Amino acid sequence: MHEEPLVRWDWIGRNWPNIQVLLEDHVVMSLVPIVVGLLVALPLGLACVRWRWLYQPTVGVMNVVYSLPSLAVFIVLIPVTGLATRTTVMIPLTFYAMAVLIPAVVDGLTAVPDHVRQSAVAMGFTPLRRLLRVELPIAVPVVLAGLRVAAVSSISLVSVGALVGRGGLGYLFIDGWQRQFYTPIIVGIVLVVLLAAVADMLLVLAQRLLTPWSRARGSA
Amino acid sequence: MVAGEGVGVNWLIDFFGDPANWSGPDGIPVRLLEHLQFSALSLLLAVLIALPLGLWIGHTGKGALFAVLSANAARALPTLGLLVLIVLLMGVGTDIPVLIPLVALAVPPILVNTYEGIRGVDPELRDAAYGMGLRGGQVLGRVLVPVALPLILLGLRIAAIQVVSTATVAAYVGLGGLGRFIIDGLATKDFPRTIGGAVLVALLALAVQLGFTFIQRLVVSPGVSERQAVR
Repeated sequence: MHEEPLVRWDWIGRNWPNIQVLLEDHVVMSLVPIVVGLLVALPLGLACVRWRWLYQPTVGVMNVVYSLPSLAVFIVLIPVTGLATRTTVMIPLTFYAMAVLIPAVVDGLTAVPDHVRQSAVAMGFTPLRRLLRVELPIAVPVVLAGLRVAAVSSISLVSVGALVGRGGLGYLFIDGWQRQFYTPIIVGIVLVVLLAAVADMLLVLAQRLLTPWSRARGSA
Repeated sequence: MVAGEGVGVNWLIDFFGDPANWSGPDGIPVRLLEHLQFSALSLLLAVLIALPLGLWIGHTGKGALFAVLSANAARALPTLGLLVLIVLLMGVGTDIPVLIPLVALAVPPILVNTYEGIRGVDPELRDAAYGMGLRGGQVLGRVLVPVALPLILLGLRIAAIQVVSTATVAAYVGLGGLGRFIIDGLATKDFPRTIGGAVLVALLALAVQLGFTFIQRLVVSPGVSERQAVR
C-alpha cells in the first residue's frame, strides 16, 4: 500500500519562500479593504446617526451589496480594473467590509446613553470633542465586534480571487486541485484560518486596550 | 474607465443576445434550474440539521459554545479550499461530494441565529408561558419560535445567499449551474460568457434576498415585527 500522505512536509519546506510571498499578498489584499472600509464607514455611520432618514436606504443598499456573490463581482469588475490585479479583488471586499461596519458604527453610536451625552454637553465639551472623547470610545466595543466579523470574512474571501488570477493563498487551492495534490490545499486552509485567528485576537487585544474601563468593572 | 465599461456592456449584449445561449444543456434556463436545484437541496439539508439543533441549544442552553464556535469557524474557512479538498478526498465525478461543503457552510448561520433568537426571547415572556400551564415543547412551539422568527429567517437568508454564492464557486470543481458560464468562459477566454454568467448569478442572489424579505413580511407575526426593529 503506497498511499499518498495527506501532508508532505518536504514539499512545504521546499516551497516555503513561495508560500511566504502568497501569504504577504493575502495579508495586503485582506487588510487594505478592512482599513479603507472602516475609514469610509465611520463618516457614513456618523452621517446616518446625524440624519436618521439616511440610515434605512444606506443599510438597504449595503444589504444588497453584501448579498452579491464575490466571484460574480470580481468578474464584473475585470473590464474596469483588469484580470489578476489586486484592485479587482480589493474593491468588492471593501464594500463587504462597509456593509458590516456601517451598521456597527451606527449601533455603537446610538447605544451611547443619553445621560452620558448630556453630561458631556454640560461639562462644556464642543460637539467634535464630545464625539472624539466620549461617544466614539463608548462605541468602540460594538464597532470592534463588527470589525472582527469584517476582518475574518475578508481574509477568507480573498482566496476566491484565485479564480480570477489573484487570490493570495487561494492560489494553493488551484495548484492542489490541478495536480490532485493535497498538501498545498491543506497548507492554504490552515494558513487562512490561522491568519483569521491572529487578526481576531489582535482585535480583541485592541478592544482591551481601547476600553480599559470594561476590565476595571469586571466581566459584565 | 468609460471605454472599459462600454466593452463590458457589449459583451453582455453578445451573451444575452445569442439565441444559442438560451437552449440546450448549456443554455441559461437549464443552468439556472441546476443552480436552483443544488441550492435548494443544500439549504434543505442544512435546515434539517441546523434548525432542530439550534432550537434545542437555545431552549436548553446546552452546547451554546459549540453553536458560536461553529459560526466563527465557518466564517474563517475559505470556501474554495474546502471545496477542492472535500471533492478531492471524496472523489471527482458525482455531485454528492460538492453538496457536502455547500451544506457545511450553510449550517452555522442557521444554527447560530436560531440559537440566538430563542435565547434572546424576553425571560418574562417565557415565564408567563410556563405560568399559563404550557409545557416545554408548547412554550417552544407557540411562544419562543414565533418571537424568534425574524432572527431565524435572517439565519436562513444568510445561509441561502451563502449557498447560491458557494454553488457558483463550486463550478470550478465540476458542479453544474450558473457558475459554469463563469468558469468555462474564463478557461476559454470567452469573456461575454463569463460576464453574462456573473450578471446572472448576481441577479439570482438579489432575487433570493428579495424573496426572503417577502417571506419575512408574510410569516412574521405583526406584533413581533412591530416591537422589534429587524435588520
